[in-house]
Parts: sequence; C-alpha cells; structure tokens
Amino acid sequence: MAIFRFHQYQVVGRALPTAAEEHPKIYRMKLWATNEVRAKSKFWYFLRKLKKVKKSNGQVLAINEIFERKPTKIKNYGIWLRYQSRTGYHNMYKEYRDTTLNGAVEQMYNEMASRHRVRCHCIQIIKTATIPSKLCKRESTKQFHDSKIKFPLVFKKVRPPTRKLKTTFKASRPNLFK
Amino acid sequence: MPFKRYVEIGRVALVNYGKEYGRLVVIVDVIDQNRALVDAPDMVRGQMNFKRLSLTDIKIDIPRVPKKKTLISAMEAADVKNKWENSSWGRKLIVQKRRASLNDFDRFKVMLAKIKRGGAIRQELAKLKKEKAA
Repeated sequence: MAIFRFHQYQVVGRALPTAAEEHPKIYRMKLWATNEVRAKSKFWYFLRKLKKVKKSNGQVLAINEIFERKPTKIKNYGIWLRYQSRTGYHNMYKEYRDTTLNGAVEQMYNEMASRHRVRCHCIQIIKTATIPSKLCKRESTKQFHDSKIKFPLVFKKVRPPTRKLKTTFKASRPNLFK
Repeated sequence: MPFKRYVEIGRVALVNYGKEYGRLVVIVDVIDQNRALVDAPDMVRGQMNFKRLSLTDIKIDIPRVPKKKTLISAMEAADVKNKWENSSWGRKLIVQKRRASLNDFDRFKVMLAKIKRGGAIRQELAKLKKEKAA
C-alpha cells in the first residue's frame, strides 16, 4: 500500500444549539484533505457556502478517516470536479483505473497539475463513484477492460537494484530490448 | 525480432527493484499502462509498476483475478518453482546468492578447488601439446 497524500475523511457537524433552535440539523460531508485539521477547515468552507453557519457558531461532531474496503480489487473510478483555471471555473469528469479511491484521487490531482497546470487548492471534488465497466466513457480506461489483455514491454530500462549501486560510468552500453 | 515475453494474466515475473527485490510474482491483472496487480503465494496481493518487474518465460494458466487457493494450485500444477530453479536465469541467481553468503573458510576452500581445477586443466593441455608435437 503506497503512502497517500490525500486521505478521505467523513466530517459531521452542525450549528451550535441556541434558544431559538434547540436541535439544529446535522450535516455530513465526505472530503479529501492531507490531514484532519485541513479536513475540518474544508468542511466549514463548504458548509458556509451551503448553509448559514460558520465555524464560530458551529461544532464538528465527528471526524473519521475512511479507508478502502477492498484494496486488492481493481475498480474504475469516475471523478467529477470543479476547478479554477486562469480564465474562470470549469467542471470536468475524469476516469481512472486504480485499486483504491485515494489512489485514484491522487492520480487526478497529479494529472490536473500536469495537463492543466491546476494546483490542488484550485480543485474541488464534487463527486466520486466506482463505475462498472459498461458505463465507462473514456477510451483510455476502456482499453483495459479485456480479460485476455496481452502486450509486450517495449522498452526495458536497465537500472541497478538499489540506489547505492548507481555509477556515473558504465563499461558497456545497455541492452534495452526485452 | 518480435517480442516473445508479453505482459498477460498468468505471466511470472521477477521483482528487480524495491522492497520485494528478488521475489517471483505472478501478474494477476493489469491496472493500467504502467501498473499490474501481482500476487505470490506468500505475500498480500498488491499493485506494482512494470518498471520494477522483469518478465520471465514462464506463464501459468489462471482466470483473471484468482483466489489465493486457485493461484497456489495453478502454480503447483505448472511447477513454477522447479522450472525457475532449472532455468539458466534461475540457476545464475542461486549461484550468485550462494557466492554472496560464503564465509572466509568457504572462500579458502573455493581457492583450493580453483587451484586444483587449474592444475588438472594444465596437465591435460600439456598432454595434448605433447601428442601434437610427437
């Protein structure tokens, strides 16, 4: 299991009870953040935009990290996101093949940064879902839906098994085939 | 010169980098262009980058994502362990490991054995040279 930069948290919170409202509505949100403190902060950011409540007049009731249920099963993840580019906000839908949702989300952040130069603080994840193979939209994920998949590894990179054995000069040219 | 070793479900590969260095694993599924789901009888199934794998000639017959028991029985049926240890690649790795684990007394014994072998070769060569000259 790799180290994930982004963890998935479930944050539950509500406004503080007042004399007018004894039992305010409780809201739950699933979001991605690098740690719990950031997760709580993100929770209030989104909740402020949806309801008339702020961190100063609200309370977080629970925050739990959500872990992958079946990390050995390969799944197709669809991620709906909203990002800010240099000229405005856009929505996007991206598909990834991965074993865990955290891994797919990390792939998404890396891809958005490389393909669109969008940094992680300009991305809001609207929704994520595991997509069954029939409903996948992108060719790049659909090409791996083959039970008899077979392809050669075309370029063999020759590298020493540990970084300690790395040398600047080699006696002979490497064999890159196979 | 077409390709002979393909990444496919059931291909046996050797891990050539990282924590699992030197282990024989079976490719159980392909995640995407760079990663595969690999499994071995004594490790938790996990994903691995193709850059860390060296494909071997051995391929076993398994369905797409087999249960651990199916995998182990398929590996027994195909006799992967013996095929690997009898192949020239496998034998070389075993010899390398043996040489790395010699202690000083073993190295002394190896030196004596090499001298003895060299002496025997030179004797035969001298005999052949004499026959040639005669």
